Amino acid sequence: MTDDSKSTYPLDMPEPNDPPQPVAASPLPVSETPQPAMVEPRRNFLSKSLAVVIGGIVTLVPFAAGLAVFTDPLRTRKKGSGNGDDDGFIKVATFDELPVGDPPQRFQVIDDRVDAWNMFPKEPVGTVYLSRSTEDEVLALCVTCPHVGCPVDYDTARHVFQCPCHNSSFKPTGEIDNQDSPAARGMDALEIKIKNKNEVWVKYQEFRPGTAEKIAEA
Amino acid sequence: MNALANWFDDRTGYRAYLHETLYERIPGGARWRYVWGSTLVFTFTVQMITGLFLWMCYSPSSQTAWESVYYIQYEMQFGWFLRGLHHFTAQAMIVLLALHFMQIIIDGAYKAPREVNFWLGLILMQIVLGLSLTGYLLPWDQKGYWATQVATKLSTMVPVVGPQIQRLIVGGPNYGHHTLTRFFALHAGVLPTLLIGLLALHIYVFRRHGITAKDPNRAPETTFWPDQVLKDAVACLGVLLVVLVLIFWNAPQHSGELKELADSGRLGEVFGAELGAPADPTEQYSAARPEWYFLFLFQFLKFFKGQYEVYGAIYIPGGVMMFMFLMPFIGRWKLGHRFNLLYMSALIIGAMTLTWLAIDEDRDKDSYKAAVADAHMKSERIRELIEGRQGVGSEGAVALLRSDPKIHGPELFARHCAACHRFNAHDGMNVVPEEPATASDLGNFGTREWISGFITDPAGPAHFGATVNARFNGEPLGTRFTEGDMALWADENVESMSQREIDSVAEFLVAQGKRQDIAAVNAELATEGREFFENSNDNVQACVDCHAIQPDGEDEELGSIGMAPRLTGYGSEAWLRDFLSNPGAEHNYGERNAMPEFGKQLSDQQMEILVRFLSRNWYERPDNDANFEAVTAE
Repeated sequence: MTDDSKSTYPLDMPEPNDPPQPVAASPLPVSETPQPAMVEPRRNFLSKSLAVVIGGIVTLVPFAAGLAVFTDPLRTRKKGSGNGDDDGFIKVATFDELPVGDPPQRFQVIDDRVDAWNMFPKEPVGTVYLSRSTEDEVLALCVTCPHVGCPVDYDTARHVFQCPCHNSSFKPTGEIDNQDSPAARGMDALEIKIKNKNEVWVKYQEFRPGTAEKIAEA
Repeated sequence: MNALANWFDDRTGYRAYLHETLYERIPGGARWRYVWGSTLVFTFTVQMITGLFLWMCYSPSSQTAWESVYYIQYEMQFGWFLRGLHHFTAQAMIVLLALHFMQIIIDGAYKAPREVNFWLGLILMQIVLGLSLTGYLLPWDQKGYWATQVATKLSTMVPVVGPQIQRLIVGGPNYGHHTLTRFFALHAGVLPTLLIGLLALHIYVFRRHGITAKDPNRAPETTFWPDQVLKDAVACLGVLLVVLVLIFWNAPQHSGELKELADSGRLGEVFGAELGAPADPTEQYSAARPEWYFLFLFQFLKFFKGQYEVYGAIYIPGGVMMFMFLMPFIGRWKLGHRFNLLYMSALIIGAMTLTWLAIDEDRDKDSYKAAVADAHMKSERIRELIEGRQGVGSEGAVALLRSDPKIHGPELFARHCAACHRFNAHDGMNVVPEEPATASDLGNFGTREWISGFITDPAGPAHFGATVNARFNGEPLGTRFTEGDMALWADENVESMSQREIDSVAEFLVAQGKRQDIAAVNAELATEGREFFENSNDNVQACVDCHAIQPDGEDEELGSIGMAPRLTGYGSEAWLRDFLSNPGAEHNYGERNAMPEFGKQLSDQQMEILVRFLSRNWYERPDNDANFEAVTAE
């Protein structure tokens, strides 16, 4: 559309004081009738190329700056836990709060919450299910359904974790309970540490939903 | 490709539009003097693009506006660049507006049949100025906050409905959340929409009449594409380069540390637009000035006193503007055009003179310079505080600044303590009061140096010495302290103490406060000190004979109260808070007290700030803690 032939068109332009011409019902035959160029072609080509290049650069700069800022979340690393130990484990409960056996208990995870410019020290940032099958055997499960990320309830009558969204259900150990569960994997177990003989410390993480493999979110 | 283009053209007719756009005739050939309109369209496009991206990061409320801009400027990668582009392109736009206007008048492009387009241009100019004014407030820093206050207060002078207008603009009686939501809606919604609509009309009407060729026979006629487009593009590039220079203005100053700044993500501290300290309605900012292009109006206002202010604020600027709308009619006559040229020149020279006067007046004003320096210090300090806290709390950044002992401690000390005490010989704010001190110098309070000074020379000038100048309840205090029990004890006992014993008691007491500004305690020395404090040596009267203390980590209190201040947790914030609140309590000075009780005079926050200031408990960047060491060096 920027070929030289079009530069012949000024001859057809309306006079400045003419009323504006209605838009032609049939398109003007712009590029179909090549005619000898009015201006010396090489210079014209150079002008056009330069105009396009410079015009491109000047619009690209603000757009690139904007995109660079817009994509900032892809580059910024999540800040570390201020409430956890050096490995990122957070104290969630003590054995006193967690009796042996059914049902699993839901505990709040308290951590420093960073939200863009805000830092809220020691706030509830999420919950985890803890269950103790024997005196010193603790299981921590992420409450998020590995299907598409709804929070999972525990059904005390049926002794299963039941996702209220798409009917995935899981055994108390986190394994898939029903044959036609839409979830591709069982509930995500979280790493734990037992400290001072009765403190349960959990590495609180989220995992990518929808995949058969358990992949931690960055 | 061509087939696709034909298909598309059949359905849209884009070629005809494109053709009409690109092949506008330019009698007399492409010229540099025609570029200004295009550069304005370009700068507006830049503002649209950068503005939309800034919008994705900006949060308009009085607790988040400054904070989100802070985050853009200092935390988000390239945020400083994006914001700098938006900020300085806005300024370039004003200059280009003036140039465009001048070119239109000089070339006579405002005359018949182009009156309507000239008026459209004048309205567009008002919209751009409106965008500047509303944009200036959005960062919610001290500068924008206080300068915009003036602008909105002036709107109350509009006859009859002024106060209502002001309340509508501000969104309530005072500046707050709704001022920002309204200004933001104006800045990013209403005004740009109006601008786009009127700009489309402006260009449409311009195309209808064609360019006003200054000299149609100068060169062969050409078309907009590509000759004029190239000139326009080069001009836009020139504008962009100027903007880039403004963004990187500080580069030569920081050339040595550029890499270091880039690596640590701190480029926003030196490049791009300035961000002052967060707006604080309780901290008058006396260096508040409008953007430089409104300075002439700011200066103009100074010539109108009292009830005549409305003339300077509304009637005269309004009249000048209204008169511009008449220029096309005046320009019908040959002399009329000359008059218009004169009018425009007078306006521009007048505005430039006023601007220069405004700048010149500030340049020599110490109060202005001090306010600018103070603002600069506070904007750096808030950055340190946010770094130290790793983010802002829910109450916003201004709360961090308000509760900062490093900034407000000296102010409180000067206001409440410096009538009697000194802080390293001044009043906390580096001013040496004319009146002599009547109480101790608290510059080193609670340090080893302070304590050993007190033990060896309690009546010295930095401790009780100054109390001889004091009056209490109308009576001179005399020698109540300089010849008091502590002074007598020192006279009788210090000579028989070894340096090690003096140091050990100081170490023991310094350990009681557990202060973070004190270099690590020598436990062995402190234990010796504790022993000496209780039992002394054979020649010396023990400290516990007068001072009660419950040593840190022990269950029992030694000694008894009533003779001298209790030293439990001596020098700590808790001890200071108790002492300042009630120095006359039995466990403090008791009946001998001559110091006012500050428990009722200071708010809880003020007490907290003062106590933290006196115990030097404030955040410092890890790399500039040198001033701690200076105080605590042994």
